[in-house]
Amino acid sequence: MTDQLKHLRKPIAATSQMKKLMAAHFLELDEAQKTGRQKIAWCTSVGPAELLHAMGFLVYYPENHGALLGATRMATEVIPLANAVGYSPDICSYLTADVGSYLKGLTPLTKAYGIQSVPKADILVYNTNQCRDVQDWFSFYAREWNVPIIGIHTHRNIGKVEDFHVTDIVLQMKAMIPVLEAVSGAKFDIDRLREVVDLSLQCTRLWRRVLECGAAIPAPLTFFDATIHMAPAVVLRGKPEAVEYYKLLISELEDRIRLKEGAVKNERHRLYWDGMPVWGKLRELSDQFYQLKTNVVASTYCNSWIFDAFDPKTPFESMARAYTELFIVRDESFKESYMDNWIKNFSIDGVIFHDAKTCPNNSNDRYSMPQRMAKRLSIPTLVIHGDLNDLRCYSEEQTRTNIEAFVEQLDQKVP
Amino acid sequence: MTHNLAGGLDVGSCTTKSVVVDNQGNILGWHVLYSGTDFEVASNVAWKEALLSAGISSCDSIHVFSTGYGRNSVKFASKTMTEISCHARGCLHYFKGPMTIVDIGGQDNKIIKIDNNGVRTSFKMNRKCAAGTGAFLEEMAVRLRVPLEKLDQLASQADGEVTLGSYCTVFSGTEVLEKIKSGAALDHIVKGLFHSVVKRILEMDTLTDKVVITGGVIEHNPFLIDLLKTHIPNEIVTPPHPQIMGALGAALYALQENYQT
Repeated sequence: MTDQLKHLRKPIAATSQMKKLMAAHFLELDEAQKTGRQKIAWCTSVGPAELLHAMGFLVYYPENHGALLGATRMATEVIPLANAVGYSPDICSYLTADVGSYLKGLTPLTKAYGIQSVPKADILVYNTNQCRDVQDWFSFYAREWNVPIIGIHTHRNIGKVEDFHVTDIVLQMKAMIPVLEAVSGAKFDIDRLREVVDLSLQCTRLWRRVLECGAAIPAPLTFFDATIHMAPAVVLRGKPEAVEYYKLLISELEDRIRLKEGAVKNERHRLYWDGMPVWGKLRELSDQFYQLKTNVVASTYCNSWIFDAFDPKTPFESMARAYTELFIVRDESFKESYMDNWIKNFSIDGVIFHDAKTCPNNSNDRYSMPQRMAKRLSIPTLVIHGDLNDLRCYSEEQTRTNIEAFVEQLDQKVP
Repeated sequence: MTHNLAGGLDVGSCTTKSVVVDNQGNILGWHVLYSGTDFEVASNVAWKEALLSAGISSCDSIHVFSTGYGRNSVKFASKTMTEISCHARGCLHYFKGPMTIVDIGGQDNKIIKIDNNGVRTSFKMNRKCAAGTGAFLEEMAVRLRVPLEKLDQLASQADGEVTLGSYCTVFSGTEVLEKIKSGAALDHIVKGLFHSVVKRILEMDTLTDKVVITGGVIEHNPFLIDLLKTHIPNEIVTPPHPQIMGALGAALYALQENYQT
């Protein structure tokens, strides 16, 4: 951020509390690794974290580490190391960045928290709802450390979530329990699972409220803020501190709404972002939109941690439903209808689709969704090409010009 | 600031274009020169030359907007706008919507859609690769050892052509070497290169309604229009001096602001 913009923007005060929580999360994992006091489970970002917490594991999310590698721009430096052992540059750049950083012995956690390496897993647990790459990713570490790997294989291209989808996922989750018991040494306790699911439910409801603050005009936060403040919803859901954090954040955002304090001064246009963030360019993009008086107020990506279905009364069934209702595993009709609703409710003027080279599952422009949306909603759309982590796939000047031209197109309609 | 005149600078990767307009938007003077490595110098020289061609001695009070890749290098511009907006604005000076504008520039191609109210509805730029742009033809001219300005004549006189890819400048260069080795006629190769540019345009987006072609490549190689006509049934037109449409658009936006301030 330029110094000038730093002065203009009012920072979100709750950020300092979030930083403390994230530090505590990583330091706890580091301490557990060093002392062996508690077993560590690696979990995909939308994996069965509640079950792992209920079984007494500390839970570590490598996709979060992938995003950190992207945001610190270490990713592009370490991806070639993963390529050199056979991981294609075409596959998920979270995977290649994470494996590359492991091979090089580097992690952004060192600079941030003084931690020398990511915590070694005692077990790796994935859910393919995000993509199939996660099982290949976790398989690397399973081989490397000779630890068990188990996973859930989620259905794809789902229209309505049917009972048979839920039943299947419940069976897959329950089949994990004996393995988890063997690794953790603890017996599964359904009441403990209910408690964790209840905490996740509270967290996700609050996270939804945070994101819904973006519907206010002017919006008190940006998509770029949300990509940072979603961290507790990703890595601390199922824990009480995430619930307390979002209460604090909401209070601040609601104050801003009351005072009509927009995150972007003199907000003129409101955009929806579909697809992954470009982690290594968050600041540049955020600054550009700020200067264009345009706020990206909603996104598919940040919504991915809204799990309305959680219900402590039916923990397995509700987890199965929550993790299957995800946007990313749904069919085109559902996705279009879902986005239409957010676009209407958030008074959106235009939609940006990020086509991320290494993340086809999160690149919804590839089957002409932008063109159909533009026609259906009479709303302009723009596709930018880049990647979540691999900045070799990103052309800065082309992207800047495209965004600027898009905002000029929106300006045509301003009286 | 005088309301009688306005100026536009289009600082492209290859050439810098400058235009001076009167209060009706009529072009009084213009200039084109190679951008070189110092965009600031290029924009200063181009602006002075445009004023000279318009017979204007003092430029202090003229409102200037800049556009193009080097738009931020024009220190005397009061505002910058993207080349997408400026090309559209320039074309709307000559043609009414609906139309699809195809701009073939030095390093990027643009396809811009304008509706029947003159409002831009969408646009596309080439993404990463400069195949099918002016830089592509420049590179090929060097490989063929043919002066750039001879390409259009060679292509238009050819009674046949070779087939070349449009995917990548480097791949196409290799194909050209193969064609030379296999004894293909020079004019057939050049016509094949022109077709490669046309194919690149056709694969970028739909070309609907009236098609307006702009850019330096068309200014100097009008035979490309004849080739494009063999692919699509649409009316295809070019404005006078298609190379300066971006600069004209910038000048017209500056003129518009003259009347708003």
